[in-house]
Amino acid sequence: MERFIKIIQCSIIVLFCVSAFQVQARTWKVGASQPCKTISSAIAKAADGDTILIYPGVYKEGQIILTKRLVLKGTGYPVLDGEVKYEILTIRSNAVTVEGLFFKNAGRSSYNDIAALRIADSRYVTVRNNKFERTYFGIYAQHATACTISNNLLTSDAKDEISSGNGIHCWKSDSMHISNNTVSGHRDGIYFEFVSNSVISNNKSFQNVRYGLHFMFSNSDNYISNIFSDNGAGVAVMFSKNIGMSNNTFSDNWGSAAYGILMKEISDCVAQGNLFKSNTVGIMMEGTNRVKMIKNRFISNGWAMKIQASCSDNVFTENNFQSNSFDVATNGDLVLSKFEKNYWDKYDGYDLNRNGIGDVPYRPVSLYSMIGEQNPSSMMLFRSFIVSLIDKAEKMLPVLTPVDLKDDHPLMKPLKL
Amino acid sequence: MRTIIKYVVVDLVKSRIVLAYTFFLLAMSFGIFNIDENATKGIMSLMNLVLIIIPLVSIIFSTIYVYNSSEFIELLVAQPLKRKSLWMSIYSGLAVSLSLSFVIGVGLPVIIYDGSATGLTLIVAGLFLTLIFTGIALLASVLTRDKAKGIGVSILVWFLFTLIYDAIVLLLLFQFSDYPLEKPMIGITMLNPVDLSRILILLKLDISALMGYTGAIFKEFFGSVTGIGLSALMLFLWTIMPVWFSLKKFQRKDL
Repeated sequence: MERFIKIIQCSIIVLFCVSAFQVQARTWKVGASQPCKTISSAIAKAADGDTILIYPGVYKEGQIILTKRLVLKGTGYPVLDGEVKYEILTIRSNAVTVEGLFFKNAGRSSYNDIAALRIADSRYVTVRNNKFERTYFGIYAQHATACTISNNLLTSDAKDEISSGNGIHCWKSDSMHISNNTVSGHRDGIYFEFVSNSVISNNKSFQNVRYGLHFMFSNSDNYISNIFSDNGAGVAVMFSKNIGMSNNTFSDNWGSAAYGILMKEISDCVAQGNLFKSNTVGIMMEGTNRVKMIKNRFISNGWAMKIQASCSDNVFTENNFQSNSFDVATNGDLVLSKFEKNYWDKYDGYDLNRNGIGDVPYRPVSLYSMIGEQNPSSMMLFRSFIVSLIDKAEKMLPVLTPVDLKDDHPLMKPLKL
Repeated sequence: MRTIIKYVVVDLVKSRIVLAYTFFLLAMSFGIFNIDENATKGIMSLMNLVLIIIPLVSIIFSTIYVYNSSEFIELLVAQPLKRKSLWMSIYSGLAVSLSLSFVIGVGLPVIIYDGSATGLTLIVAGLFLTLIFTGIALLASVLTRDKAKGIGVSILVWFLFTLIYDAIVLLLLFQFSDYPLEKPMIGITMLNPVDLSRILILLKLDISALMGYTGAIFKEFFGSVTGIGLSALMLFLWTIMPVWFSLKKFQRKDL
């Protein structure tokens, strides 16, 4: 028995020693006039838990691979130059923090996805307050879990989809937090593929070649209060389930295939409190099921919504539709979605009992939007006398427009959103 | 020439129809802007007014005026005056008074309530339409001796430009929908001053709806300096040609 107690005592002492040793984290300084001249040498010397403090300067060290649990911290934005050849930093360790660095000229390749910063097979990595310039892929997370990417500024000079990479790219990841980043000049601003339980919030994504935000096969994610503007094709949410989209702004996405959001083959999503402004098409829906759209604003779009006949059980309620050239367009007779209690500025019905709800239903699909869908050239006659005659005639007796696509309780006054 | 213009203008104002027209436009414009707080929507409604009412009034009123003053014209022709200056004076008098009505009736409210580039395009387009349709009216009245027939021709021309032409274009669009029609459409638009004015205003107004493929081509063309120059030239030609033809006809006409 005594022997047993001794063993326990010994092990406690050893444990204390070890933990005492561990607490003593060291700081390695890197810079031209500092003890370490290169980041790689500092990493080689450092042990888990240490901090590497990088002073201003230009560091051209090829690819740096990080396999220790370190904090990489820059003061005054030291430049890590990839010389258009290398992936600059690869993280293969848990709980790494990268802060205050300036990544520049990362390698480009049409064969490999070269990133300025790659997080590979790691957990609890934090990437914050960094700058990225002229990169192929900016931040690339693969098999990452519970990582935080925040307050980064990513710019690049993408010209076309083929020769460019994504700003923040997440693949097969989980519980990611992406917030307050600014992304521009990439292929897709933020790209998600097989990513679940993640939050994207307060980011700005603009002037990207393809999408501001791109979701593929990613379930149970939320994106909140982001601004997506002036991207080649807006935002795409595809083949996903349980996506929450709230308080985002989608604006100025112009072009023949540009949408505020393209929703393709998604189900059980909620979009609430978003603003769609000055897009060619606010929302394009294809094969979407059980999507709820509540309290969104559609202002000055070409088409507020295009809902293909392949969509079902979507609910649109308490939205404001104002100053859109067309409210809704569709491509068939079948309507399985429901419109209820929206405000439409083109509604010209009456409200006899003054309860704020129009007494006759509103049909948001005009004949000419159907014609325009079939024959785009006919937009040339838009708003001409003959077209308004045809539209009026169709409104009286719907023949070509879907009879069931209507709002039975349109609001008389816009909602305060 | 100036005396005749002055005489024509005074005569027109005295007849009170121009005054009524001005007042009607003014009431309409202010009414439209007051109904809706959204000035853009007001511009949109005014556009329909400008594209339909302005040509109609210009063409009918001018035709009737020329027929009604046939005795006055005969009297002046007997004087040592050039027929050219007489005819141009009548045209100028009509154009000036109708344009003035338009500027006061529509231009003023637009500038007060909107004042944007869209509004300015609307005013310029309306002015051109006034000049063009007054010119066409002169041509119609010089071509036919009978008053009723002349008015009939005028109404038909108005009908052609506002409705029939578009109906034919719509028919063509669907008959030839398998072909790329975007570029021919630009040419077809150019041939109708009403369509041309409408497209110019729309490119400012509904830019996002027109940003489809067709719209992109339209914008590329009409948004460029060449496009704007060419549109202006077309409108200018539309203004000059009918008047010029009517002048040629009038100079050789046996009154």
